Amino acid sequence: MSPLSRRDFLTVGVAAGAGLVIGFYLPHGASRKEFSPNAYLRITPDGKIMIVVARTEMGQGVRTSLPMILAEELEVDWKQISIEQAGASTLFGDQTTGGSASVKSTWDPMRKAGASAREMLITAAALEWGVPRSACKAQNGSVWHSGTGTSLSYGALAGRAAALPVPTDPPLKQAKDYKIVGQRIARIDTPAKVTGTAQFGIDFRLPGMKYAVLARCPVIGGKVASFDDKDSRTISGVSYVGKIGDSAVAVVADSVWGAMEGRRTLNITWDEGPNKDLNSAAIYESLKKDASGKAAVLYSAGDVSKASGRRIEASYQLPFMAHAAMEPGNTSAHFQGTKCELWSPTQVPQDVRDSVATALGLDSDQVKVNVTLLGGGFGRRLEHDYGVEAALVSKAINGPVQVLWTREDDMRNSTYRPASYHRLSAVLDGSGWPVAFSHRIVMPSINAQKGLVPAGEVDSEVKDEASFTYPFPNAVIDYVQTETPVPLGWMRSVNALQVAFAQESFLDELAIAGGKDPLALRLHLLARDETIGPWSTARMRAVLQLAAEKAEWGKPLASGHYHGIAGFACFSSYAAQIVEISMENDRPRIHRVVSAVDCGQVVNPAILEQQIQGGVVFAMGNALHAQITIDKGRVVQGNFDDYAPLRMNEAPVVEPHYVESTESPTGIGEPPIPPVAPALCNAIYAATKKRIRALPVLT
Amino acid sequence: MADIILHVNGSEKKIDVSPDTPLLWVLRDTLQLTGTKFGCGAGLCGACTVHVEGGAIRSCSTPVSQVAGKNITTIEGLAANGLHPLQQAWIAEEVPQCGYCQAGQIMAAAALLAKTPQPSDDQITQFMSGNLCRCGTYDRIRKAIHRAAGRGQ
Repeated sequence: MSPLSRRDFLTVGVAAGAGLVIGFYLPHGASRKEFSPNAYLRITPDGKIMIVVARTEMGQGVRTSLPMILAEELEVDWKQISIEQAGASTLFGDQTTGGSASVKSTWDPMRKAGASAREMLITAAALEWGVPRSACKAQNGSVWHSGTGTSLSYGALAGRAAALPVPTDPPLKQAKDYKIVGQRIARIDTPAKVTGTAQFGIDFRLPGMKYAVLARCPVIGGKVASFDDKDSRTISGVSYVGKIGDSAVAVVADSVWGAMEGRRTLNITWDEGPNKDLNSAAIYESLKKDASGKAAVLYSAGDVSKASGRRIEASYQLPFMAHAAMEPGNTSAHFQGTKCELWSPTQVPQDVRDSVATALGLDSDQVKVNVTLLGGGFGRRLEHDYGVEAALVSKAINGPVQVLWTREDDMRNSTYRPASYHRLSAVLDGSGWPVAFSHRIVMPSINAQKGLVPAGEVDSEVKDEASFTYPFPNAVIDYVQTETPVPLGWMRSVNALQVAFAQESFLDELAIAGGKDPLALRLHLLARDETIGPWSTARMRAVLQLAAEKAEWGKPLASGHYHGIAGFACFSSYAAQIVEISMENDRPRIHRVVSAVDCGQVVNPAILEQQIQGGVVFAMGNALHAQITIDKGRVVQGNFDDYAPLRMNEAPVVEPHYVESTESPTGIGEPPIPPVAPALCNAIYAATKKRIRALPVLT
Repeated sequence: MADIILHVNGSEKKIDVSPDTPLLWVLRDTLQLTGTKFGCGAGLCGACTVHVEGGAIRSCSTPVSQVAGKNITTIEGLAANGLHPLQQAWIAEEVPQCGYCQAGQIMAAAALLAKTPQPSDDQITQFMSGNLCRCGTYDRIRKAIHRAAGRGQ
């Protein structure tokens, strides 16, 4: 994959703070003719234009959308470029793919990288021809002289451009001049994904590579007490059985099946540890009890205690959920004494590098991490566990190995979306409009559990995702940060899903109680243009109105059909969902979902639509079925029978819409998710007068 | 261990594995045909779908001994030349996101069209609901099957 980290003829410059790569200079006298003014781009003399993708492709389209941003400024024909996947590097700042941030965080660096190269190529042509720069124009991968109409291709200019200084502040194009950004450009990765040739982590092979599966303690926090591998070693192809860390035993074989059979026949005695009596009922009880504990205020306005009128109260509850990406966890590793190379489907190549280095006692620069395609991520591959396991097994057997998780391994050793409990109250005035709104969130913190929050402080990510866009005269959102031994992780839309389910369902309750239309209530609250924290009431209002217009909110539906609406803002974007259902045998049948989002400038509408459609289906699966429960300290669910994602027979048609905008682009992987469950449950209320205050909808 | 003869994508392969080994692992580990994917190991997700004598089966739950001597087709052998109409339709409808399940989806769809060249929405739903997609591409899969239906089958 990426050879960039070994390209010693480049020197590195990293801008403070932004982690932005500014420029790399070829040393004087360099004879190479390749033009690489920054880590994102290489142009060879024979005209190859290579754009480097420093984020992970997990289905969200970054191998297409990010190069589009650079190609736009570079002034090339899209068909002229090819891409290269960067592994863990020191050249790109933080390479984490998460938080719906890939386009948002690379928008400026990628534009600047393309624009500086373009400016240098123009200068190179002007020097070549001995004409003023102003007479030269970059277009379609060549620089053109306006006087004579002659041109030189970027490849022909590469050598001369390479000797020029890199401009630090190149002019950027205006949105009205965009030719690539904003276009429905076909994804680069599609053809390989329909022919079976796309290489995911699980498909990686090295000569002589073995396969390993690990037996991990089924009880959260438990350890290996002892094991007997007599039977395992009789399985054909099994070459190694040994402890990896305190809580797992690895079985290595010539084939995955051999390793699985070896594990099946392994006899392990577990030290079940302190959590062996943990169960879901106790976890929910504890969350409820903690609701009266000390809360940190995340947002407040006015004074909710002074509002007078009719008081409405409700509480909501959400379960742990698992990502359950289609490609089970895996990583291939080759440890060779003083170095280790890995091929990993990871959202955090740099964290894998550093964790592996620590685990092996190597320096970070002795570990090379290559990033493969990911068969879904959804936040699960922000963890480093597979990579570390693979490195340790490779060291143990002193050879190349692929560690592969089974579906049950994935379901039972995941890091789960935190379970939560919510207590809400509001006051309605004499006309039925709410004038005070309180939301207490009771939930363990992912970051605190991982040691990423200083002791005694509140997880700032919860604050960021507990968005509140309604400027009530009196409001308070506060948070009781609890603890749990259940491993927690970032799952698509992270804490926003929990907050939005409670908030947007309760708002529907207030509309019903006050005799208001649920859309009208929201528009009433958002009536004035103002900002509330980082949010704009106007942009929130616009997505609600767009969804309502496209879904024809308020107009009669087919007999037995009902609408529910919800909106939410998170990860710097705005989303509204309108769900249309009917009830069949006491179950909702979801016919249609109309989505509207505002994520600023759209880089590729076709990919945006995929993300919205897929996000809604993912979120609908969460709402209807997703629930991880704990019994005797163990995760109960194991496979797609008892943890059921949405299948085609339950999937609605999703109509994606977006607000045209030239604001800087923001995220879209996560923002469509949070409003889906409340919009669904609000529709169920409209159909049945039954309020669903706990997920999943179907148990 | 035993010698087993398989006919995979038109060629004969002699393999030496335990007869209870699921076909999936023979394809992926022995024959290096990695287009067929492991998703659940229990016939619940369809990522491992291949054809045996033209019908769709879950290779993760099919012992290799059961398919000895039979004609097996994987995603690598679906189209004799170029792209199968379903693969073309998958590209036209921009179906894949992460893409991991799509080989299994396409193999399932090909088996459907072989029996039902012009499937209705309900027939598609019924046949395809065994194949999971966590990226949520179902509506596009349905459109792609309609697009390919009746073309060059």
